[in-house]
Amino acid sequence: MSVLFIVVPLAMLLVAGAVAAYVWSAKSGQMDDLDTPAVRMLHDDE
Amino acid sequence: MTALGKPDIGVACTHCGLAVPLGLVDATVERQFCCSACHAAYDILQANGLGAFYAFPEKRGAAVQPSGRSFEEFDHPAFAELYVRPAPEGMQTTELYLEGVHCASCVWLVERVPLLLGGVVRAELDVRRSVARVTWAPAAVRLSDVARVLDRLGYAPHPFRGGARADMRRLEDRGMLLRIGVAGAIAINVMLAALALYSGEFSAMEGAYERLFRWVSLGLTVPALLGRGRVFFSGAWAALRTRVLHMDLPIAIALAAGALRGAVNTVTDSGPVYFDGVCVLVFLLLTGRFLQVRGQRAATDAAELLYSLAPTTARVRDVDGAVRDMPANALLPGMLALVRAGESFPADGTVAEGDSNVNAALLTGESRPTRVAPGDAVFAGTLNVSAPVVVRVDESGETSRLAKLLRDVEASAGRRAPVVAFANRMAGAFVAVSLTLAVLTFLVWLPRDQAAAWDNAIALLVVTCPCALALATPLAVTVAIGRAARAGLYIKGGDALELLARPGTLILDKTGTITEGRTAVVAWHGAPCARGAVLALEAGSSHPIAEGFRRAWPDLPASEATGVEHVTGGGIVGRVHGHDVAVGSPAFVTARATGAEAMLARLSDETLTPVLVAMDGAVVAVAGVGDRVRADAAASIATLRARGWEVRMLSGDEARVARAVARAVGIASELVTGGATPESKLAHVQAALAASRDASGHAERPVVMVGDGVNDAAAIAAADVGIGVHGGAEACLATADAHLTTEGLAPLVTLAEGAERTLRVIRRNMLWALGYNLVGVSLAVTGTISPLIAALMMPASSLTVVLASWLGRTFEAPARAAESLTGAPLLPTREAAA
Repeated sequence: MSVLFIVVPLAMLLVAGAVAAYVWSAKSGQMDDLDTPAVRMLHDDE
Repeated sequence: MTALGKPDIGVACTHCGLAVPLGLVDATVERQFCCSACHAAYDILQANGLGAFYAFPEKRGAAVQPSGRSFEEFDHPAFAELYVRPAPEGMQTTELYLEGVHCASCVWLVERVPLLLGGVVRAELDVRRSVARVTWAPAAVRLSDVARVLDRLGYAPHPFRGGARADMRRLEDRGMLLRIGVAGAIAINVMLAALALYSGEFSAMEGAYERLFRWVSLGLTVPALLGRGRVFFSGAWAALRTRVLHMDLPIAIALAAGALRGAVNTVTDSGPVYFDGVCVLVFLLLTGRFLQVRGQRAATDAAELLYSLAPTTARVRDVDGAVRDMPANALLPGMLALVRAGESFPADGTVAEGDSNVNAALLTGESRPTRVAPGDAVFAGTLNVSAPVVVRVDESGETSRLAKLLRDVEASAGRRAPVVAFANRMAGAFVAVSLTLAVLTFLVWLPRDQAAAWDNAIALLVVTCPCALALATPLAVTVAIGRAARAGLYIKGGDALELLARPGTLILDKTGTITEGRTAVVAWHGAPCARGAVLALEAGSSHPIAEGFRRAWPDLPASEATGVEHVTGGGIVGRVHGHDVAVGSPAFVTARATGAEAMLARLSDETLTPVLVAMDGAVVAVAGVGDRVRADAAASIATLRARGWEVRMLSGDEARVARAVARAVGIASELVTGGATPESKLAHVQAALAASRDASGHAERPVVMVGDGVNDAAAIAAADVGIGVHGGAEACLATADAHLTTEGLAPLVTLAEGAERTLRVIRRNMLWALGYNLVGVSLAVTGTISPLIAALMMPASSLTVVLASWLGRTFEAPARAAESLTGAPLLPTREAAA
């Protein structure tokens, strides 16, 4: 069970990475329009 | 009389899905269209292989109404300077505000059709703001071409003014999303750690592991609280400083108490940690706040969109006769502006040269064009319909009547007092009670056991965190608004729902709201054979009355007319089958024929405008032309009145006509005001508002304004709740708090009933949250609450509120009445197939 002492901090690092990715995506404007992409993806049939 | 009006329920327009008027149904072809514009849009799509549009389950639900303008001003350098920005590789980009954007299929059309022009690189639509960003190569295509294509599909484009504010708002939105996302990630991970801790409680976890998870939780909670949850502490601090008890205060107390006690317990390795509850709370509360802000924002967008509707450039003739273009705002009094047919007037002024007809619907709501000659006043924003004129500018830009009206709208929208949420009013009592109880608990337990005294007092503070109370309103309102949208009622803010739940004063506009808002032939007396002659004469006319005649007798065989002559402001003359025929106003026809009085006497309904028909010098028939009262108006008004609403009517029409319509729908004549201008409508609403307030400014009975035109916009913005009806002008819909997308007044009843049910759900949520807290408090005071239960109870009560809001019955799925009005779609929709 002592593996937890390595795995849990590792998991926290992964979370930090995911959060950093989210912060980047929000700051670069990918979340500016929350309504249209949901609609647009239904159309991409070409 | 032939069967008029009543839409044939079985046939829907292939393009827009609305019912096709009986007269236009052509049984011999498969495709049916409600108007020629829809047909044109259909042809454009078919010609370009975009027929897939019709496979979408969602229909546009509005007939295509192209403005037919040339949009030449879009290519002008002055326009470019104001609105066009350079893009990479020599491209240019601009934002256009589009009228009539409603649904998924709109996105598809707007993002594809402009690309067909070649030279347009990208078209992206933000469906919530109705703003399209277009990028094009100026060498290959002109912006006016793009604008015309969009216009032909029914999305009249306007330059979007308000880019600066939109940018600021975008940053604000990003900040909020950032907070929610990070708080969510932290909450989930703290919950995972908590899960390990809770299972450890039962399976005797080793101390070292327990400490690990507790420290991990602490490490995650600190940034959540100090970074993302800071808004609550700053809110509470502001509340303390201004001595107003705000919901943020009890929330901040509970968050701080839970986190501090948790941190102390982590360090001393004893007692419960409340981190999971604290983090989940921060996440839920931030989400609730985001939903609320988004709802309120839609209402404040109004003014921005309104300014986008006003004309931008003007064509000016200098003293030496040279013609040049300039921005409309730069016009000076005394300048001569040239206005072509189909263009809007750029400023207020007097006609100097030329005769024309002006559609002043923007200001007056009256859609019938009025005749103007040299010396007559015209106003900025109104449409020059028939012929080019030269206008001497009197007032322009900020001093024009339109700008003043828009400022009224903006001011009224800003002045609207925010509804103090029930929850916030309770917060004060709530803080006082929970703090007193916590102190009492502490004092009672102190002599017996110091550690238990601390634990119990803090458990009480944590358990009584009013998160469920804070969530109850935004959640129930958000769910109700979503359901209402599916039923065709678009509600912008929660305060509108709260206000509509209690009956108050309902002020209805006449034209377009109680009536259908278009000219129809309601009565016909005289020789039936004259109908064919009338149709023949009116065949080439775009006058509303001519359209009314065509709609009235669509299946009459068309005959040929020769020598047709339109006399502006009077009528039309010509020869049909060898007879001299004249159709027009009584004055016009009396001058050409005899027997007018006898025929006029047969038209008994005083609300109708008489149109006389003469053949070979004798008046043979009279048609009563008017605006038909909506079929469901009387019943809906009766229902609303039975629910306790006082229903009044305001109309720009003369009082006589207004009173007659009021009689037809059962509104007492003392509650009717005729001859109202946009300004007097605003004054009427303000007077009603003043009368509805008690001494403390609290409105017992809300004032609701329902209308469809720009002339109603200021009144709609000023009212407690403004409602725009189906087919209303864009500016009116933009300022309204709610927008009905199905025809008639029946949706108004649905709205009032749904609002009442929503308020019931909110009350139930609050009662539940209060009861829940009461149980928690008694457990904490007696010290019987275990640390585990206290930490679990906090988010559990929020969860219950979420579920209760979701399951609450507020707005039904699309009403059957709405379905029968729009008619069954010709193409099977996905829902129908399922």
